[in-house]
Amino acid sequence: MILSLLVQGLVQGAEMMLVLVAAPLLTGWVRKVKARLQRRRGASVFQPYRDLRRLLGKEVVLAENASWLFRTAPYMIFSFTWVAASLVPTFATGLIFSWTGDLIAIIALLGAARFLLTLAGMDVGTAFGGIGSSREAMIAALAEPAMLMIIISLAVLAGSSQLSTIAQFMLSPTVGLRVSVALALVAFVIVALAENARIPVDNPATHLELTMVHEAMVLEYSGRHLAMIELASSLKLLLMISAIGCIFVPVGLASSGAGFGGYAIGVATYAVKLAVAGALLGTFESAIAKMRVFRVPNLLGGALMLGLLATLLLFVSRGL
Amino acid sequence: MAVLVLLAIAGLLATGVAGGLRCRAADGRVVVYGASLGISVLLVGVGVAALALPAATLRLPLFLPWIGARFRVDALAGFFLIVVNLGAATASLYGLGYGRHETAPERVLPFYPIFLGGLNLVVVAADAFGFLFAWELMSVASWALVIAHHHDPRNMRAGFLYLVMANLSGLALLLAFGLLAGPAGDYSFAAMAASHAAGGTAALALALALFGAGAKAGLIPLHAWLPEAHPAAPSHVSALMSGVMTKVAIYAFVRIAFDLLGATPWWEAVLVLALGGATAVLGVLYALMQRDLKRLLAYSTVENIGIVFIGLGLALAFRADDDPVGATLALTAALLHVFNHMLFKSLLFMGAGAVQTATGTRDMDQLGGLIHRLRFTSFAVLVGCAAISALPPLNGFVSEWLTFQAILLRPDLPQWGFKVMLPADGALLALAAALAAACFVKAFGITFLGRARSAAAADAVEVDGFMRAAMGGLVALCLLGGILPGVLIDALAPVARTVLGARLPEQLTLPWASIVPVGAARSSYDGLLIFLFVAMATSLTVAAIHRFASHAVRRAPAWDCGFPNPSPVTQYTADSFAQPLRRVFAGSLLGAHEVVTLPPPGDTAPARIEKTLRDPIWEYGYAPVVNGVDRLAGVLNKLQFLTIRRYLSLVFLALIALLLVLALWQ
Repeated sequence: MILSLLVQGLVQGAEMMLVLVAAPLLTGWVRKVKARLQRRRGASVFQPYRDLRRLLGKEVVLAENASWLFRTAPYMIFSFTWVAASLVPTFATGLIFSWTGDLIAIIALLGAARFLLTLAGMDVGTAFGGIGSSREAMIAALAEPAMLMIIISLAVLAGSSQLSTIAQFMLSPTVGLRVSVALALVAFVIVALAENARIPVDNPATHLELTMVHEAMVLEYSGRHLAMIELASSLKLLLMISAIGCIFVPVGLASSGAGFGGYAIGVATYAVKLAVAGALLGTFESAIAKMRVFRVPNLLGGALMLGLLATLLLFVSRGL
Repeated sequence: MAVLVLLAIAGLLATGVAGGLRCRAADGRVVVYGASLGISVLLVGVGVAALALPAATLRLPLFLPWIGARFRVDALAGFFLIVVNLGAATASLYGLGYGRHETAPERVLPFYPIFLGGLNLVVVAADAFGFLFAWELMSVASWALVIAHHHDPRNMRAGFLYLVMANLSGLALLLAFGLLAGPAGDYSFAAMAASHAAGGTAALALALALFGAGAKAGLIPLHAWLPEAHPAAPSHVSALMSGVMTKVAIYAFVRIAFDLLGATPWWEAVLVLALGGATAVLGVLYALMQRDLKRLLAYSTVENIGIVFIGLGLALAFRADDDPVGATLALTAALLHVFNHMLFKSLLFMGAGAVQTATGTRDMDQLGGLIHRLRFTSFAVLVGCAAISALPPLNGFVSEWLTFQAILLRPDLPQWGFKVMLPADGALLALAAALAAACFVKAFGITFLGRARSAAAADAVEVDGFMRAAMGGLVALCLLGGILPGVLIDALAPVARTVLGARLPEQLTLPWASIVPVGAARSSYDGLLIFLFVAMATSLTVAAIHRFASHAVRRAPAWDCGFPNPSPVTQYTADSFAQPLRRVFAGSLLGAHEVVTLPPPGDTAPARIEKTLRDPIWEYGYAPVVNGVDRLAGVLNKLQFLTIRRYLSLVFLALIALLLVLALWQ
C-alpha cells in the first residue's frame, strides 16, 4: 500500500519535472523547424535553455513605479501554468493527483495566469502595456468560451470532464468517427493557437510594436522575471499540445498502475507526439500570414461556433 | 428560535428609532452600527443553528386581526439568514469607519437598521401579508438610503425609478400570492404549499414570481433601476443592496417556485434559462462599458444574478423531468453562487467605497496608481476581482464549476427546448465568465495600477481600521470558501432536502477536502490541493531562484520601447481598454459606434474620437412606456380645466353608466 503510494507519487513527480524540462525543448524545436523551412540553419534546439540561464543570471531592471504586483506576478503566472500543465495526462492517465481538477479547472488555472499577466501589463502605466492587455482581454474573451464549448462537447460524449476519463473513452472502440469530435478538434487547434499567441493570432517573434499582443504585455520585464514568463509560455504550449494529444490521439498512454515498461512506452510515444505536433506547428506558421488584430474575432468566433455546433449535435443525438 | 429572530428584528427596528433620535450626536454612528453588528452576528448564529435543527414556527396576533402573523425558520430561511446577516455584519463593521465621512448622517442612520430588519423579516415571514409587508419595508427603507444624498439630481431620478420598479415588483408578488391562496384565500405559506397548485395557475404564479423577484434582483429586462440606484447609496448600503437585497429577491423566487408551487410546465424552465443566460452576458457587457467604478459593480451584479437564474432554471428543468439529483445539484450551485456573490460583491463595493473615501471620486479615468497608496485596499480588491472572475482557488470558481456540472449532467432531457437551451446557456455562461475576467482586469488595472491620473489619486491615504477589518474578513471568507467548498455544499444539504427532498452526496468525508458532486468518474475538484500546489510551486520557485540565480534589482525609468512619455494621460483609460471588446461585442448589441475625426494634413487641430453607446432595452422597452404614460397624463390633464357645467354633466354621465352596469349585471 505505502509502496504503491510512493511509486504513484514518484510517477506524478516525474511527470511534473518532465513537463518542466521538456517545455523549452519543444519551443526550441518549433523554432528550429521554422528556421529550416526558411532555409536557415537556425539556433540549436537547446537555445531556449541557454536563454533562460542567461536571463536568470542577469539583474532585474524594474520600472520606477512598478508595484509588488509586477514583481510577484511572474512567479505566480509560472506556478499556475505549471500546476495546470501537470494536471494534463502526458504519458500516463490516472496519476495520483489527476482528480484534483478536471479540464474546466485546468482552463481556469490558465485563466488565472492570464489574469495576472494582463494586470502586470498595466502596472507600469505605459501605452504598450495597455494595448497588449486590452487586446489579450479581447482574445481571451473569445478563446475561453470556445474552449469551454469544446470541453462541454467532449464531456457530454465521454460522460465526464476528467481528462483521464476522456482519454480512456477516446481509446475505447465505441468512439468511432464522429462529426462532433472532428468539429471539436478543429476548434481546439484554433483556440490553442490563440492561447499560445502563435501566428495567425499573434507573432511570438515580432519586434514591430503595433502588432504585438503578448510581447507588448511583457515589454517591461527583464532578467529572472522575464525568464519565468518565457518558461510559463513554453509550458503553456506544451500543455495545449499534450491536451490535444491526450484527447484526440490517446495512443500509447499508460494507464494507472502500468509497470515500468508501460511508462517507458508512454514516454516514448509522448515524445513522438510532441515532435510531430511541433513540426506541424512550425510548418503551419511558416505557411500562413499573421492576421490583422480585428480579424482575430472572426477566427475565434468561428471556433466558438464550431464548439457550440459540436455540443448542439451531441445534445440532439449522442451518436453524432 | 423564531422568537429569537423576531426579538433581533425588533432590536434592529429599535436601533433605527435610536438612530433617528441620536443621529446628530457624536456617538450616533457607533450606537447604530455597533448594535447592527452585534445583532447581525447573533442572527448568523441562528441561521447556522436553523440548518441543523427542525423548522420552528411561531404565530403572533400582529398585522390583520383575523389572519395573524406567521413566522417560520426552516433550513431555507436559515441559509438566507446567514447570507443576509453575514453581509449585514461586515457592512456594519465597515460602516463604523465609513460613517465618519458621512455628510448627512440623519439621512442614513435611522434607515440603515430598519433596512436590515426588513431584509430579515422577509426571510422568516410565513404568510403572504407578513411577507409583502416586510418586502415593502425593505424597499422603502432602501429607497430612503438611495436618496440620502438628494442634492444630486441623478440620485433623485434613481430613487424615483427604483420606487416605480419596487412597486411593480411588489404588485407582481401580491398577484402571485393571490393566485396561490386560491378562492379559499388562506394566505399562510403552509396552506399554499399543501394545496400544491398545478397547471395553469401554477404557470401563471411562477411567471408573476419571476417578474416580481426578477425586478428586485435585476433580471434583464427589469434591471434598469439597479445600476442607477445601487451606486447612489452610501457604499456600505450599496454593498448591502447588491450583495444582500438581490439575494433576498432570489429567496422569494426559490420559496415560491420550489417550496410553495408543485410541478411547473417545462417551457417555463426554458424561459428562466433564456432570461438567465441573456442577463449574464448583457449584464457583464454593460459592466465592461462603464467608467464609474460603482456602476460597473452594479452591472456586474446583474450578470451574477443571471448566473444564479441559470442554476435555478436548470433546477426547474430537472424537476419538470422528475430528476431530484439533477435538481439538487443545480439548486446547490445556484445557492452557492448566491453565497459567494454576497461575499465578493460586498467586498468590491467596500473597496469602491474606500477608493471614494480616499480620493473623492469613482470615475476610473481620474484614478490610477492606487496600489502604491492604498496597499491593503488594493490587495483586498484584487482578491475580490479574482474571485468574481471565477479564478481558482477562490470561491467564485466553485459555484460556476458546479453550474457547468449541472449543465453537463443530463444531455438526454427529452424536451427539444432543453436540447437547444442547455448548450446555449453553457456558451452564454462561458462567455459571461470570460467577459467578467476582462471587466475586472479593467476595473482593477485602471483604478489601482499604472500612474495616478489626478492629484487626488496621487495623494490618496489608506482608509481606517474598521473598513480594512471588514474587507479583510471578506477576503478570508472568499479564500476559505474556495479551498474548502465541501463545507458549504454539505451545509446546503438540509436546504435541498427541505425544498426538493434530495441531497448531494456528503463531501466532507472525502479525502483532501475534494468535492465530487455526482460521481468520482464524472468530475472532481480539489480547491485545497490546487491552493497548496500553487503556493508550494510559487515558494519553491522563488526560493530556488533567489538562492541559485541573480537577485539584483535596479530601478530605472520605464522602457516603453525607448519612448516613455512622462504624462500619465498617455496611459490606457477605462474606455480605451474596453475598445476592442466594445468593437467586437457591443456594436450590434448595444449600438456602440465610433467616429474618428482627423484634421487634414497641415492643420494643427487635435484628432478626435467620439464614441456613442445606446441602451436598446431602455429605448425599446422603457421609453415607449414612459412616453405613453406621459401622453396619457397630458390627455387626462385637460380634465382639470373644465367648466362647472361640464363637471356636472360628467358626474351625471358617470352615474348613469354605473346604474346601467348594475342593471345589466343582473
